[in-house]
Amino acid sequence: MQIYRAHILVCGGTGCVSSNSEKIMNEFDTHLNKNNLQNEVKVVKTGCFGLCARGPVVVVYPEGCMYTMVKVEDVKEIVEEHLLKGRIVSRLLEGGQNTEEIATSLDGVEFFRKQLRIALRNCGVINPEVIEEYIAFDGYKALAKVLTEMTPEQVIDTVKKSGLRGRGGGGFPSGLKWEFTAKANDDQKYVCCNADEGDPGAFMDRSVLEGDPHSIIEAMAIAGYAVGSNQGFIYIRAEYPIAVKRLNIAIEQAKEYGLLGKNIFGTDFSFDLEIRLGAGAFVCGEETALMTSIEGKRGEPRPRPPFPAIKGLWNKPTLLNNVETYANIPQIINKGAEWFSSIGTEKSKGTKVFAVGGNINNTGLVEVPMGTTLREVVYDIGGGIPNGKKFKAAQTGGPSGGCIPASNIDVAIDYDSLIQLGSMMGSGGLIVMDEDTCMVDIAKFFLEFTVDESCGKCPPCRIGTKRMLEILQKITEGKGSEEDITKLEILAKNIKASALCGLGQTAPNPVLSTLKYFRDEYLAHVNDRKCPAGVCKSMTQYVISPERCKSCGLCSKACPVGCISGEKKVPYVIDKDKCIKCGACMEKCPFKAIFKNA
Amino acid sequence: MKSIAELEEIRKKALEKISIRSNSDGYRVVVGMATCGIAAGARPVMTSFVEELQKRNITNTAVTMTGCIGVCRLEPVVEITDPKGEKTTYVKMTAEKAVRIVAEHIVNGRVCIDYTIGYEDKK
Repeated sequence: MQIYRAHILVCGGTGCVSSNSEKIMNEFDTHLNKNNLQNEVKVVKTGCFGLCARGPVVVVYPEGCMYTMVKVEDVKEIVEEHLLKGRIVSRLLEGGQNTEEIATSLDGVEFFRKQLRIALRNCGVINPEVIEEYIAFDGYKALAKVLTEMTPEQVIDTVKKSGLRGRGGGGFPSGLKWEFTAKANDDQKYVCCNADEGDPGAFMDRSVLEGDPHSIIEAMAIAGYAVGSNQGFIYIRAEYPIAVKRLNIAIEQAKEYGLLGKNIFGTDFSFDLEIRLGAGAFVCGEETALMTSIEGKRGEPRPRPPFPAIKGLWNKPTLLNNVETYANIPQIINKGAEWFSSIGTEKSKGTKVFAVGGNINNTGLVEVPMGTTLREVVYDIGGGIPNGKKFKAAQTGGPSGGCIPASNIDVAIDYDSLIQLGSMMGSGGLIVMDEDTCMVDIAKFFLEFTVDESCGKCPPCRIGTKRMLEILQKITEGKGSEEDITKLEILAKNIKASALCGLGQTAPNPVLSTLKYFRDEYLAHVNDRKCPAGVCKSMTQYVISPERCKSCGLCSKACPVGCISGEKKVPYVIDKDKCIKCGACMEKCPFKAIFKNA
Repeated sequence: MKSIAELEEIRKKALEKISIRSNSDGYRVVVGMATCGIAAGARPVMTSFVEELQKRNITNTAVTMTGCIGVCRLEPVVEITDPKGEKTTYVKMTAEKAVRIVAEHIVNGRVCIDYTIGYEDKK
């Protein structure tokens, strides 16, 4: 057996791959060979570390040094300094640029200190394409335990007692879902995994599948045993090519090892798994539409009840859980329900993974115990807002959720506290917004998304959201009235009450929640014809301050429509009728003489 | 997969290969690999450590490198930290000495006094 004295873990998540991590990996190979280190140092491709904003990420063991924003040119230095001479390259270390105390180990990096990783436990630790590495970290141990020591009832009981709730958004107790499916009386049942992650800005399921695909396979087999099913389906978007590839590899490996297939662990339990690719329709993340799509039909929702636990795939009882929910299962079986339920708040147990994006320094993936405050996520882990801007609000739950205003930044995040605030946990997208964000514009953005993605089956969603969007467009163009706001509210409430599926019922949420917390902004748009954040173009004007202008003419050169005129020693002027409000002049002005006038 | 024993076997084998990534509870061998160390022959010393550990199937020992410790005249310098955190500094190392250190110090827990920095200084 070959022992290596050092391992170089290079992130192979989508985020880092798109910033060249594959080239970096090749470069490591080249330089290791050049220095004759190829038999001492091993390069490993791994899953997402979560610090996507600082990618590509490279971690070197045994020291556990985390290098961030590594460029292909840096590889030579890492090999020659760190691996050949043992001198850590401090300029590339995470946090190495601005702090005196440099974290040479992963545990010391601020970003990871407040996190608790259960669903992401193996992401960035193992090579997702090597089943042995998963097994080394106790992989498939839970499946072995379940099949040889526990009855299906005991498994369901454990999941129930753990307090695990669905991580896909709704937060329905997972144990109950399992119990309903187990109790349904039928000769054929199915287990499904919802990996059709569609919320804008959310990518936690992708990261779990890319970084730890075996955990999902193991959990689904456990679920199959618990509810009495021998066939599973993973429904995943075709837009996640890396995740699909790794899942396929993982399923093949599990079959080779006999961890999928007939008579697993010598018992009479057999379980098989298939992948179904989604074509990218947002509605297919809704459970009934997802199952219709797996059946090969057009992805459209149907009324519930009957719930999938009674009539799901091909009218057979079906258990459907989200990726992150499954990722928790092996740990719950291994460590026990008491351990899991000791984490989190009274009604929300365990941890939640958030994809943190928007106006924040550490864009990336974080997993924190339920009950962590929004302030901790944004400031301690997320590193705060860039350019010293003020925190305005955070949007959770994507197009189905709402926003949490700055006044509630100390709220402890769990399923119920978010619902109380008029938002929801959703699948875990968390978009941070700073003072320069227009809340009406944000509501319009999400509505545009739902209008695009509405499947068209029920009129409240198909027509209602379209009308709402039209009103919002009117308001952001400065043509709205107070009456429009009232209309918007009535429409929103009616759509919520009458739409067919969860997608339509929650589509008005971004509007309702921004109206609740930022009504003054809506009023400013309709009454004063002003956009306080200076985002809505029709209500914004660019003005050159005559006192500050030095008549250098740079703005005039930058203007794409040639609407700025002037001459030497005379301040320049913008022709407001011709101006397209692109902001190019403001960026170019060396004297900060151009202002956005809201 | 026919039994749990089979799974456990795979787990153990795989764990050995990646133990470097989990917190090691064993020895830690740190080889001084600055210019002075490399010039004095630190490379063969380190490869000798790695090879010897491999031969003996010792997986809970990490071999790492560091820069110049400051006693360039005594290079190659190797520092070994035992599981309790006790440090031993070996000086003027060679590949042959490394083999003995693995056998005596890392396997049997006996410090090779005659290679240590204190012994060298008293000479």
